[in-house]
Amino acid sequence: MDITFEKVDYTYQANSPFEHKALDSMSFHLPSGSFTAIVGHTGSGKSTLIQHLNGLIRPTNGKVRIGDYVLEPKKKPKHAKALREKVGIVFQYPEHQLFEETVEKDIAFGPRNFGVPEQEIQKRVAESARAVGLGEDLLKRSPFELSGGQMRRVAIAGILAVRPRVLVLDEPTAGLDPRGQKEIMDMFYRIHKEQQLTTLLVTHSMEDALAYADHVLVLDKGKKYMEGTPVEVFSQREALQQVQLDVPEMFQFLLKASDQFGKPLAYQGQDVERLAEQLAALAGDRDE
Amino acid sequence: MNNLLIVGQYVPTNSIVHRMDPRVKMLIIFFYVIFIFFANNVISYGLFTLFALGSTILTKVPRRFIAKGLTPVWFLIVFTFILHLFVTREGFVLFHVFGLPIYSGALEQGAVISLRFFLLILLTSLLTLTTTPIEITDAVESLLGPLRRFKFPVHELALMMSISLRFIPTLLQETEKISNAQASRGVDFRTGPFRERVRAVIPLLVPLFVSAFKRAEELAMAMEARGYRGGEGRTKLRELRVVKRDVAALVCFIVITAAALITRDYS
Repeated sequence: MDITFEKVDYTYQANSPFEHKALDSMSFHLPSGSFTAIVGHTGSGKSTLIQHLNGLIRPTNGKVRIGDYVLEPKKKPKHAKALREKVGIVFQYPEHQLFEETVEKDIAFGPRNFGVPEQEIQKRVAESARAVGLGEDLLKRSPFELSGGQMRRVAIAGILAVRPRVLVLDEPTAGLDPRGQKEIMDMFYRIHKEQQLTTLLVTHSMEDALAYADHVLVLDKGKKYMEGTPVEVFSQREALQQVQLDVPEMFQFLLKASDQFGKPLAYQGQDVERLAEQLAALAGDRDE
Repeated sequence: MNNLLIVGQYVPTNSIVHRMDPRVKMLIIFFYVIFIFFANNVISYGLFTLFALGSTILTKVPRRFIAKGLTPVWFLIVFTFILHLFVTREGFVLFHVFGLPIYSGALEQGAVISLRFFLLILLTSLLTLTTTPIEITDAVESLLGPLRRFKFPVHELALMMSISLRFIPTLLQETEKISNAQASRGVDFRTGPFRERVRAVIPLLVPLFVSAFKRAEELAMAMEARGYRGGEGRTKLRELRVVKRDVAALVCFIVITAAALITRDYS
Protein backbone atom coordinates (compact mmCIF):
# COMPACT_ATOMS: atom_id res chain seq x y z
CA MET A 1 0.00 0.00 0.00
CA ASP A 2 1.36 3.40 -0.87
CA ILE A 3 1.23 6.27 1.56
CA THR A 4 0.66 9.92 0.71
CA PHE A 5 0.65 12.95 2.97
CA GLU A 6 -0.83 16.09 1.45
CA LYS A 7 -0.01 19.28 3.35
CA VAL A 8 -0.75 17.67 6.69
CA ASP A 9 -0.85 19.88 9.78
CA TYR A 10 -1.37 18.52 13.24
CA THR A 11 -1.87 20.77 16.25
CA TYR A 12 -2.03 19.52 19.82
CA GLN A 13 -4.49 21.23 22.18
CA ALA A 14 -5.61 23.79 19.63
CA ASN A 15 -6.97 27.09 20.97
CA SER A 16 -5.43 26.69 24.40
CA PRO A 17 -2.36 28.18 26.05
CA PHE A 18 -0.64 24.84 25.45
CA GLU A 19 -1.19 24.83 21.69
CA HIS A 20 1.60 23.10 19.85
CA LYS A 21 2.01 22.46 16.17
CA ALA A 22 3.57 19.02 15.79
CA LEU A 23 3.27 18.65 12.01
CA ASP A 24 3.51 21.59 9.67
CA SER A 25 2.41 21.25 6.07
CA MET A 26 3.91 17.80 5.68
CA SER A 27 3.81 16.33 2.17
CA PHE A 28 5.43 13.20 0.81
CA HIS A 29 4.68 10.05 -1.12
CA LEU A 30 5.94 6.57 -0.28
CA PRO A 31 5.38 3.97 -3.00
CA SER A 32 4.09 0.53 -2.15
CA GLY A 33 6.86 -1.84 -1.15
CA SER A 34 9.32 0.88 -0.19
CA PHE A 35 11.44 0.87 2.96
CA THR A 36 11.60 4.37 4.37
CA ALA A 37 13.68 5.57 7.28
CA ILE A 38 12.32 8.56 9.16
CA VAL A 39 14.98 10.43 11.05
CA GLY A 40 14.85 13.59 13.08
CA HIS A 41 15.78 15.07 16.40
CA THR A 42 13.53 14.53 19.44
CA GLY A 43 10.35 16.54 19.01
CA SER A 44 10.59 16.72 15.24
CA GLY A 45 7.15 15.16 14.80
CA LYS A 46 8.05 11.54 14.14
CA SER A 47 5.66 10.04 16.69
CA THR A 48 2.81 12.30 15.57
CA LEU A 49 3.40 11.28 11.97
CA ILE A 50 3.22 7.61 12.91
CA GLN A 51 -0.08 7.99 14.70
CA HIS A 52 -1.66 9.24 11.49
CA LEU A 53 -0.81 6.06 9.68
CA ASN A 54 -3.52 3.93 11.26
CA GLY A 55 -5.96 6.65 12.14
CA LEU A 56 -5.14 6.99 15.84
CA ILE A 57 -5.25 10.71 15.13
CA ARG A 58 -6.54 12.67 12.17
CA PRO A 59 -4.81 15.60 10.52
CA THR A 60 -5.85 19.07 11.66
CA ASN A 61 -5.50 20.20 8.04
CA GLY A 62 -4.60 18.32 4.91
CA LYS A 63 -5.09 14.75 3.83
CA VAL A 64 -3.48 11.37 4.49
CA ARG A 65 -3.91 8.52 2.05
CA ILE A 66 -2.95 4.96 2.88
CA GLY A 67 -3.84 2.74 -0.05
CA ASP A 68 -7.55 3.34 -0.54
CA TYR A 69 -8.07 4.74 2.92
CA VAL A 70 -8.29 8.49 3.34
CA LEU A 71 -7.94 10.41 6.57
CA GLU A 72 -9.32 13.91 6.62
CA PRO A 73 -9.90 16.48 9.34
CA LYS A 74 -13.23 16.42 11.15
CA LYS A 75 -14.37 13.31 9.37
CA LYS A 76 -14.46 10.11 11.35
CA PRO A 77 -12.85 7.39 9.26
CA LYS A 78 -15.46 4.79 8.43
CA HIS A 79 -13.07 1.90 8.23
CA ALA A 80 -10.75 2.66 11.12
CA LYS A 81 -10.58 -0.96 12.18
CA ALA A 82 -9.95 -2.24 8.67
CA LEU A 83 -7.17 0.30 8.33
CA ARG A 84 -5.61 -0.84 11.60
CA GLU A 85 -5.59 -4.39 10.35
CA LYS A 86 -3.63 -3.27 7.30
CA VAL A 87 -1.17 -1.06 9.17
CA GLY A 88 0.82 -2.71 11.94
CA ILE A 89 2.66 -0.39 14.30
CA VAL A 90 5.49 -1.57 16.50
CA PHE A 91 5.60 1.21 19.08
CA GLN A 92 8.62 2.10 21.17
CA TYR A 93 9.19 -0.52 23.83
CA PRO A 94 6.34 -2.67 22.51
CA GLU A 95 6.84 -5.16 25.37
CA HIS A 96 4.90 -2.68 27.54
CA GLN A 97 1.73 -3.71 25.76
CA LEU A 98 1.89 -7.38 26.81
CA PHE A 99 -0.87 -8.42 29.18
CA GLU A 100 -2.07 -11.96 28.51
CA GLU A 101 -1.37 -15.00 30.66
CA THR A 102 0.61 -16.82 28.02
CA VAL A 103 2.81 -15.80 25.14
CA GLU A 104 0.53 -17.68 22.79
CA LYS A 105 -2.57 -15.77 23.87
CA ASP A 106 -0.81 -12.45 23.59
CA ILE A 107 0.29 -13.10 20.04
CA ALA A 108 -3.24 -14.25 19.20
CA PHE A 109 -4.79 -11.10 20.68
CA GLY A 110 -4.46 -8.93 17.57
CA PRO A 111 -5.72 -11.46 15.03
CA ARG A 112 -8.61 -12.36 17.34
CA ASN A 113 -9.66 -8.71 17.58
CA PHE A 114 -9.72 -8.49 13.82
CA GLY A 115 -11.92 -11.55 13.59
CA VAL A 116 -9.48 -14.03 12.12
CA PRO A 117 -10.89 -17.60 12.31
CA GLU A 118 -9.57 -19.70 15.21
CA GLN A 119 -7.74 -22.24 13.09
CA GLU A 120 -6.03 -19.56 11.10
CA ILE A 121 -5.00 -17.87 14.37
CA GLN A 122 -3.20 -20.99 15.55
CA LYS A 123 -1.33 -21.13 12.28
CA ARG A 124 -0.36 -17.48 12.43
CA VAL A 125 0.79 -17.67 16.07
CA ALA A 126 3.16 -20.51 15.25
CA GLU A 127 4.34 -18.75 12.14
CA SER A 128 5.04 -15.36 13.71
CA ALA A 129 6.67 -16.92 16.74
CA ARG A 130 9.02 -18.70 14.38
CA ALA A 131 9.63 -15.54 12.37
CA VAL A 132 10.82 -13.61 15.42
CA GLY A 133 12.86 -16.54 16.71
CA LEU A 134 10.77 -17.61 19.70
CA GLY A 135 11.12 -21.25 20.66
CA GLU A 136 7.95 -23.33 20.82
CA ASP A 137 8.62 -24.10 24.48
CA LEU A 138 8.05 -20.42 25.30
CA LEU A 139 4.52 -20.26 23.90
CA LYS A 140 2.88 -21.60 27.05
CA ARG A 141 4.91 -19.44 29.41
CA SER A 142 3.78 -16.12 30.87
CA PRO A 143 5.26 -13.22 28.91
CA PHE A 144 6.25 -11.58 32.20
CA GLU A 145 8.69 -14.39 33.01
CA LEU A 146 10.72 -13.76 29.88
CA SER A 147 13.80 -11.62 29.41
CA GLY A 148 13.47 -8.14 27.98
CA GLY A 149 14.66 -9.21 24.55
CA GLN A 150 12.25 -12.13 24.45
CA MET A 151 9.35 -9.94 25.55
CA ARG A 152 10.16 -7.59 22.68
CA ARG A 153 9.99 -10.50 20.27
CA VAL A 154 6.64 -11.61 21.65
CA ALA A 155 5.23 -8.12 21.17
CA ILE A 156 6.55 -7.96 17.61
CA ALA A 157 5.13 -11.40 16.84
CA GLY A 158 1.77 -10.13 18.10
CA ILE A 159 1.83 -7.41 15.46
CA LEU A 160 3.11 -9.61 12.64
CA ALA A 161 0.36 -12.14 13.36
CA VAL A 162 -2.19 -9.60 12.12
CA ARG A 163 -0.39 -9.75 8.76
CA PRO A 164 -0.28 -6.05 8.04
CA ARG A 165 0.53 -4.66 4.61
CA VAL A 166 2.25 -1.62 6.07
CA LEU A 167 4.71 -2.09 8.87
CA VAL A 168 5.62 0.90 11.02
CA LEU A 169 8.58 0.53 13.35
CA ASP A 170 9.22 3.13 16.03
CA GLU A 171 12.78 2.60 17.22
CA PRO A 172 12.23 -1.14 17.39
CA THR A 173 15.71 -1.92 18.68
CA ALA A 174 15.99 0.66 21.47
CA GLY A 175 17.39 -0.87 24.63
CA LEU A 176 18.45 -4.16 23.07
CA ASP A 177 22.00 -5.49 23.08
CA PRO A 178 23.94 -5.01 19.81
CA ARG A 179 23.43 -8.58 18.68
CA GLY A 180 19.72 -8.49 19.39
CA GLN A 181 19.50 -5.20 17.49
CA LYS A 182 21.01 -6.68 14.38
CA GLU A 183 18.90 -9.83 14.61
CA ILE A 184 15.68 -7.88 14.93
CA MET A 185 16.52 -5.48 12.10
CA ASP A 186 17.55 -8.32 9.80
CA MET A 187 14.32 -10.07 10.64
CA PHE A 188 12.25 -7.01 9.76
CA TYR A 189 14.12 -6.60 6.53
CA ARG A 190 13.56 -10.23 5.61
CA ILE A 191 9.82 -9.96 6.30
CA HIS A 192 9.69 -6.68 4.38
CA LYS A 193 11.14 -8.40 1.31
CA GLU A 194 9.25 -11.68 1.65
CA GLN A 195 5.81 -10.16 2.11
CA GLN A 196 6.49 -7.04 0.00
CA LEU A 197 5.46 -4.76 2.83
CA THR A 198 5.62 -1.00 2.83
CA THR A 199 7.87 -0.33 5.78
CA LEU A 200 8.52 2.84 7.75
CA LEU A 201 11.34 2.83 10.24
CA VAL A 202 11.71 5.61 12.77
CA THR A 203 15.25 5.53 14.00
CA HIS A 204 18.10 7.44 15.59
CA SER A 205 20.60 5.10 14.04
CA MET A 206 21.90 6.46 10.74
CA GLU A 207 23.64 3.14 10.25
CA ASP A 208 20.29 1.34 10.20
CA ALA A 209 18.83 3.95 7.86
CA LEU A 210 21.74 3.41 5.48
CA ALA A 211 21.73 -0.37 5.75
CA TYR A 212 18.03 -1.08 5.30
CA ALA A 213 16.18 1.88 3.82
CA ASP A 214 15.82 2.80 0.18
CA HIS A 215 14.36 6.17 1.06
CA VAL A 216 15.13 8.62 3.87
CA LEU A 217 12.85 11.30 5.24
CA VAL A 218 14.43 13.92 7.51
CA LEU A 219 12.08 15.84 9.79
CA ASP A 220 12.75 18.98 11.73
CA LYS A 221 10.27 20.85 13.95
CA GLY A 222 7.29 19.22 12.27
CA LYS A 223 8.45 20.03 8.76
CA LYS A 224 9.97 17.90 6.06
CA TYR A 225 13.60 18.95 6.05
CA MET A 226 15.07 16.65 3.44
CA GLU A 227 14.08 13.61 1.42
CA GLY A 228 15.88 11.23 -0.88
CA THR A 229 17.87 8.05 -1.16
CA PRO A 230 20.20 7.35 1.75
CA VAL A 231 23.22 8.31 -0.33
CA GLU A 232 21.63 11.60 -1.42
CA VAL A 233 20.67 12.52 2.10
CA PHE A 234 23.84 11.43 3.86
CA SER A 235 26.04 13.24 1.36
CA GLN A 236 24.78 16.50 2.83
CA ARG A 237 26.64 16.44 6.08
CA GLU A 238 26.42 20.14 6.86
CA ALA A 239 22.68 20.34 6.29
CA LEU A 240 22.15 17.36 8.58
CA GLN A 241 24.32 18.83 11.29
CA GLN A 242 22.11 21.92 11.20
CA VAL A 243 19.31 19.79 12.62
CA GLN A 244 21.51 17.92 15.12
CA LEU A 245 21.85 14.81 13.01
CA ASP A 246 24.99 12.98 12.05
CA VAL A 247 25.89 11.01 8.97
CA PRO A 248 26.65 7.28 9.24
CA GLU A 249 30.15 6.32 10.35
CA MET A 250 30.94 5.09 6.87
CA PHE A 251 30.32 8.56 5.46
CA GLN A 252 32.31 10.21 8.21
CA PHE A 253 35.17 7.89 7.54
CA LEU A 254 35.04 8.45 3.79
CA LEU A 255 35.10 12.21 4.29
CA LYS A 256 38.14 11.96 6.53
CA ALA A 257 39.89 9.57 4.18
CA SER A 258 39.20 11.89 1.23
CA ASP A 259 40.87 14.70 3.13
CA GLN A 260 43.79 12.53 4.08
CA PHE A 261 44.52 11.29 0.59
CA GLY A 262 43.47 14.46 -1.17
CA LYS A 263 41.24 12.42 -3.46
CA PRO A 264 37.45 12.20 -3.39
CA LEU A 265 36.14 8.89 -2.08
CA ALA A 266 32.44 8.36 -2.70
CA TYR A 267 30.07 5.93 -1.10
CA GLN A 268 28.93 3.32 -3.59
CA GLY A 269 27.50 0.80 -1.21
CA GLN A 270 30.88 -0.75 -0.61
CA ASP A 271 31.39 -2.95 2.44
CA VAL A 272 34.36 -2.78 4.77
CA GLU A 273 36.50 -5.16 2.73
CA ARG A 274 35.92 -3.34 -0.51
CA LEU A 275 36.70 -0.10 1.25
CA ALA A 276 39.97 -1.53 2.56
CA GLU A 277 40.94 -2.43 -0.98
CA GLN A 278 40.13 1.05 -2.21
CA LEU A 279 42.20 2.55 0.57
CA ALA A 280 45.08 0.23 -0.11
CA ALA A 281 44.98 1.27 -3.74
CA LEU A 282 44.97 4.94 -2.79
CA ALA A 283 47.82 4.45 -0.32
CA GLY A 284 49.75 2.61 -3.02
CA ASP A 285 49.23 5.54 -5.44
CA ARG A 286 50.54 7.96 -2.90
CA ASP A 287 53.66 5.97 -2.06
CA GLU A 288 54.74 5.73 -5.64
CA MET B 1 -4.76 14.97 27.80
CA ASN B 2 -7.78 16.30 29.58
CA ASN B 3 -7.66 20.07 29.63
CA LEU B 4 -11.31 20.55 30.51
CA LEU B 5 -10.92 20.16 34.22
CA ILE B 6 -8.62 22.61 35.91
CA VAL B 7 -8.79 20.97 39.30
CA GLY B 8 -5.17 20.23 40.10
CA GLN B 9 -3.72 22.46 37.43
CA TYR B 10 -1.19 25.06 38.41
CA VAL B 11 -1.05 28.36 36.52
CA PRO B 12 2.09 30.31 37.31
CA THR B 13 1.51 34.06 37.35
CA ASN B 14 3.61 34.86 40.41
CA SER B 15 0.85 36.95 41.94
CA ILE B 16 0.68 37.84 45.61
CA VAL B 17 -1.58 34.82 46.15
CA HIS B 18 1.01 32.57 44.54
CA ARG B 19 3.69 33.85 46.88
CA MET B 20 1.62 33.34 50.02
CA ASP B 21 2.49 30.67 52.54
CA PRO B 22 0.56 27.57 51.43
CA ARG B 23 -0.34 26.78 55.03
CA VAL B 24 -2.09 30.11 55.40
CA LYS B 25 -3.94 29.54 52.13
CA MET B 26 -5.10 26.14 53.28
CA LEU B 27 -6.18 27.40 56.68
CA ILE B 28 -8.16 30.24 55.13
CA ILE B 29 -9.90 27.88 52.73
CA PHE B 30 -10.59 25.39 55.51
CA PHE B 31 -12.34 27.97 57.66
CA TYR B 32 -14.02 29.63 54.70
CA VAL B 33 -15.64 26.31 53.82
CA ILE B 34 -16.95 26.04 57.38
CA PHE B 35 -18.09 29.59 57.92
CA ILE B 36 -19.86 30.04 54.61
CA PHE B 37 -22.54 27.75 55.99
CA PHE B 38 -23.28 30.36 58.63
CA ALA B 39 -24.23 32.99 56.08
CA ASN B 40 -27.96 33.41 55.81
CA ASN B 41 -28.72 36.89 54.47
CA VAL B 42 -27.73 39.20 51.68
CA ILE B 43 -24.99 40.99 53.60
CA SER B 44 -23.24 37.91 54.95
CA TYR B 45 -23.37 36.20 51.56
CA GLY B 46 -22.21 39.42 49.95
CA LEU B 47 -19.16 39.52 52.22
CA PHE B 48 -18.18 35.94 51.44
CA THR B 49 -18.73 36.52 47.73
CA LEU B 50 -16.59 39.64 47.94
CA PHE B 51 -13.79 37.67 49.56
CA ALA B 52 -13.88 34.89 46.97
CA LEU B 53 -14.05 37.25 43.98
CA GLY B 54 -11.39 39.52 45.46
CA SER B 55 -9.04 36.56 45.91
CA THR B 56 -9.73 35.43 42.36
CA ILE B 57 -8.80 38.83 40.96
CA LEU B 58 -5.63 38.94 43.05
CA THR B 59 -4.41 35.62 41.62
CA LYS B 60 -4.10 37.23 38.15
CA VAL B 61 -5.08 33.91 36.61
CA PRO B 62 -6.88 34.79 33.34
CA ARG B 63 -10.61 34.85 34.00
CA ARG B 64 -11.31 33.01 30.77
CA PHE B 65 -9.14 30.20 32.05
CA ILE B 66 -11.01 29.89 35.33
CA ALA B 67 -14.42 30.06 33.65
CA LYS B 68 -13.45 27.42 31.11
CA GLY B 69 -12.03 25.18 33.81
CA LEU B 70 -15.22 25.37 35.83
CA THR B 71 -17.37 24.24 32.89
CA PRO B 72 -18.06 20.75 34.25
CA VAL B 73 -18.98 22.24 37.61
CA TRP B 74 -21.35 24.75 36.02
CA PHE B 75 -23.53 21.87 35.01
CA LEU B 76 -23.78 20.70 38.63
CA ILE B 77 -24.56 24.21 39.83
CA VAL B 78 -27.32 24.71 37.28
CA PHE B 79 -28.65 21.23 38.01
CA THR B 80 -28.82 21.95 41.74
CA PHE B 81 -30.64 25.17 41.04
CA ILE B 82 -33.24 23.54 38.81
CA LEU B 83 -33.73 20.66 41.23
CA HIS B 84 -34.45 23.11 44.04
CA LEU B 85 -36.78 25.07 41.82
CA PHE B 86 -39.12 22.12 41.37
CA VAL B 87 -38.73 20.30 44.65
CA THR B 88 -38.81 23.00 47.32
CA ARG B 89 -42.30 24.10 48.35
CA GLU B 90 -41.94 27.15 50.55
CA GLY B 91 -43.25 30.68 50.34
CA PHE B 92 -45.92 31.53 47.77
CA VAL B 93 -46.47 30.37 44.23
CA LEU B 94 -44.79 32.71 41.77
CA PHE B 95 -45.74 31.16 38.43
CA HIS B 96 -46.15 27.81 36.69
CA VAL B 97 -43.73 26.02 34.42
CA PHE B 98 -45.12 23.04 32.48
CA GLY B 99 -47.97 23.04 34.92
CA LEU B 100 -45.65 22.78 37.92
CA PRO B 101 -45.86 25.51 40.53
CA ILE B 102 -42.69 27.47 41.25
CA TYR B 103 -42.54 28.79 44.79
CA SER B 104 -40.76 31.95 45.84
CA GLY B 105 -38.93 30.01 48.54
CA ALA B 106 -37.67 27.59 45.89
CA LEU B 107 -36.20 30.40 43.84
CA GLU B 108 -34.48 31.76 46.91
CA GLN B 109 -33.22 28.38 48.11
CA GLY B 110 -31.99 27.41 44.68
CA ALA B 111 -30.13 30.67 44.25
CA VAL B 112 -28.55 30.50 47.71
CA ILE B 113 -27.41 26.90 47.44
CA SER B 114 -26.03 27.38 43.93
CA LEU B 115 -24.16 30.48 45.06
CA ARG B 116 -22.68 28.66 48.04
CA PHE B 117 -21.67 25.77 45.84
CA PHE B 118 -20.08 28.09 43.32
CA LEU B 119 -18.12 29.99 45.97
CA LEU B 120 -16.84 26.77 47.53
CA ILE B 121 -15.61 25.39 44.23
CA LEU B 122 -14.13 28.70 43.13
CA LEU B 123 -12.08 29.24 46.28
CA THR B 124 -10.86 25.67 46.56
CA SER B 125 -9.83 25.60 42.91
CA LEU B 126 -7.82 28.77 43.57
CA LEU B 127 -5.62 26.72 45.89
CA THR B 128 -4.47 24.34 43.18
CA LEU B 129 -4.32 27.11 40.59
CA THR B 130 -1.88 29.12 42.68
CA THR B 131 -0.02 26.48 44.69
CA THR B 132 2.35 23.86 43.33
CA PRO B 133 1.74 20.27 44.46
CA ILE B 134 5.06 20.36 46.31
CA GLU B 135 3.95 23.39 48.31
CA ILE B 136 0.66 21.72 49.15
CA THR B 137 2.46 18.64 50.42
CA ASP B 138 4.82 20.73 52.51
CA ALA B 139 1.87 22.57 53.96
CA VAL B 140 0.06 19.34 54.80
CA GLU B 141 3.15 17.99 56.49
CA SER B 142 3.59 21.15 58.49
CA LEU B 143 -0.08 21.50 59.44
CA LEU B 144 -0.34 17.87 60.53
CA GLY B 145 2.95 18.19 62.44
CA PRO B 146 1.36 18.18 65.91
CA LEU B 147 -0.10 14.73 65.22
CA ARG B 148 3.43 13.34 65.25
CA ARG B 149 3.20 13.25 69.01
CA PHE B 150 0.57 10.54 68.65
CA LYS B 151 2.87 8.49 66.41
CA PHE B 152 0.93 9.50 63.32
CA PRO B 153 3.22 9.01 60.27
CA VAL B 154 2.98 12.60 59.04
CA HIS B 155 6.15 12.60 56.96
CA GLU B 156 5.29 9.31 55.27
CA LEU B 157 1.83 10.58 54.45
CA ALA B 158 3.25 13.73 52.90
CA LEU B 159 5.78 11.71 50.94
CA MET B 160 3.04 9.43 49.63
CA MET B 161 1.09 12.47 48.58
CA SER B 162 3.94 14.08 46.72
CA ILE B 163 4.89 10.83 44.99
CA SER B 164 1.37 10.18 43.81
CA LEU B 165 1.00 13.75 42.59
CA ARG B 166 4.32 13.49 40.80
CA PHE B 167 3.25 10.36 38.96
CA ILE B 168 -0.19 11.44 37.80
CA PRO B 169 1.09 12.95 34.52
CA THR B 170 3.44 10.02 34.03
CA LEU B 171 0.64 7.54 34.41
CA LEU B 172 -1.61 9.54 32.10
CA GLN B 173 1.08 9.49 29.45
CA GLU B 174 1.59 5.80 29.95
CA THR B 175 -2.14 5.18 29.65
CA GLU B 176 -2.25 7.02 26.37
CA LYS B 177 0.71 5.10 24.99
CA ILE B 178 -0.71 1.71 25.94
CA SER B 179 -4.19 2.54 24.72
CA ASN B 180 -2.68 3.61 21.38
CA ALA B 181 -0.77 0.36 21.18
CA GLN B 182 -3.81 -1.76 21.98
CA ALA B 183 -6.05 0.25 19.66
CA SER B 184 -3.54 -0.54 16.93
CA ARG B 185 -4.00 -4.21 17.76
CA GLY B 186 -7.70 -3.86 17.11
CA VAL B 187 -9.11 -3.05 20.56
CA ASP B 188 -12.10 -0.77 20.35
CA PHE B 189 -12.43 1.37 23.46
CA ARG B 190 -15.18 3.66 22.23
CA THR B 191 -17.88 1.68 20.46
CA GLY B 192 -19.52 -1.68 20.83
CA PRO B 193 -21.73 -3.16 23.55
CA PHE B 194 -21.02 -2.24 27.16
CA ARG B 195 -19.68 -5.69 28.07
CA GLU B 196 -17.18 -5.57 25.25
CA ARG B 197 -15.99 -2.16 26.28
CA VAL B 198 -15.45 -3.27 29.87
CA ARG B 199 -13.43 -6.19 28.61
CA ALA B 200 -11.38 -3.82 26.48
CA VAL B 201 -10.10 -2.26 29.69
CA ILE B 202 -8.15 -5.37 30.71
CA PRO B 203 -5.45 -4.99 28.02
CA LEU B 204 -5.08 -1.43 29.27
CA LEU B 205 -5.05 -2.04 33.02
CA VAL B 206 -2.72 -5.01 33.18
CA PRO B 207 0.23 -3.30 31.45
CA LEU B 208 -0.47 -0.14 33.42
CA PHE B 209 -0.25 -1.98 36.74
CA VAL B 210 2.83 -3.88 35.67
CA SER B 211 4.63 -0.67 34.79
CA ALA B 212 3.41 1.13 37.93
CA PHE B 213 4.81 -1.63 40.14
CA LYS B 214 8.05 -1.63 38.23
CA ARG B 215 8.29 2.13 38.59
CA ALA B 216 7.59 1.95 42.32
CA GLU B 217 10.35 -0.57 42.79
CA GLU B 218 12.81 1.50 40.79
CA LEU B 219 11.90 4.65 42.68
CA ALA B 220 12.34 2.91 46.04
CA MET B 221 15.71 1.65 44.93
CA ALA B 222 16.81 5.08 43.69
CA MET B 223 15.72 6.69 46.93
CA GLU B 224 17.60 4.18 49.03
CA ALA B 225 20.66 4.55 46.84
CA ARG B 226 20.66 8.23 47.72
CA GLY B 227 20.46 7.46 51.42
CA TYR B 228 16.80 8.10 52.13
CA ARG B 229 15.91 6.93 55.63
CA GLY B 230 12.55 8.54 56.33
CA GLY B 231 11.76 11.92 57.85
CA GLU B 232 13.95 11.60 60.95
CA GLY B 233 16.30 14.57 61.18
CA ARG B 234 15.53 15.66 57.64
CA THR B 235 15.83 19.36 56.81
CA LYS B 236 13.99 21.25 54.11
CA LEU B 237 15.23 23.15 51.09
CA ARG B 238 12.21 25.44 51.11
CA GLU B 239 11.38 26.59 54.62
CA LEU B 240 7.80 27.76 54.98
CA ARG B 241 7.66 31.18 56.56
CA VAL B 242 4.69 33.33 57.50
CA VAL B 243 5.45 36.90 56.37
CA LYS B 244 3.57 40.19 56.28
CA ARG B 245 1.37 39.39 53.29
CA ASP B 246 0.23 36.18 55.00
CA VAL B 247 -0.69 38.06 58.15
CA ALA B 248 -2.48 40.65 56.04
CA ALA B 249 -4.46 37.94 54.24
CA LEU B 250 -5.37 36.29 57.52
CA VAL B 251 -6.49 39.58 59.06
CA CYS B 252 -8.51 40.35 55.96
CA PHE B 253 -10.20 36.97 56.14
CA ILE B 254 -10.89 37.23 59.87
CA VAL B 255 -12.40 40.70 59.50
CA ILE B 256 -14.70 39.60 56.68
CA THR B 257 -15.75 36.44 58.48
CA ALA B 258 -16.38 38.33 61.72
CA ALA B 259 -18.41 40.93 59.84
CA ALA B 260 -20.42 38.18 58.17
CA LEU B 261 -21.04 36.47 61.50
CA ILE B 262 -22.17 39.73 63.05
CA THR B 263 -24.49 40.70 60.21
CA ARG B 264 -26.13 37.32 59.77
CA ASP B 265 -29.72 36.85 60.98
CA TYR B 266 -29.97 35.32 64.42
CA SER B 267 -33.72 35.40 64.74
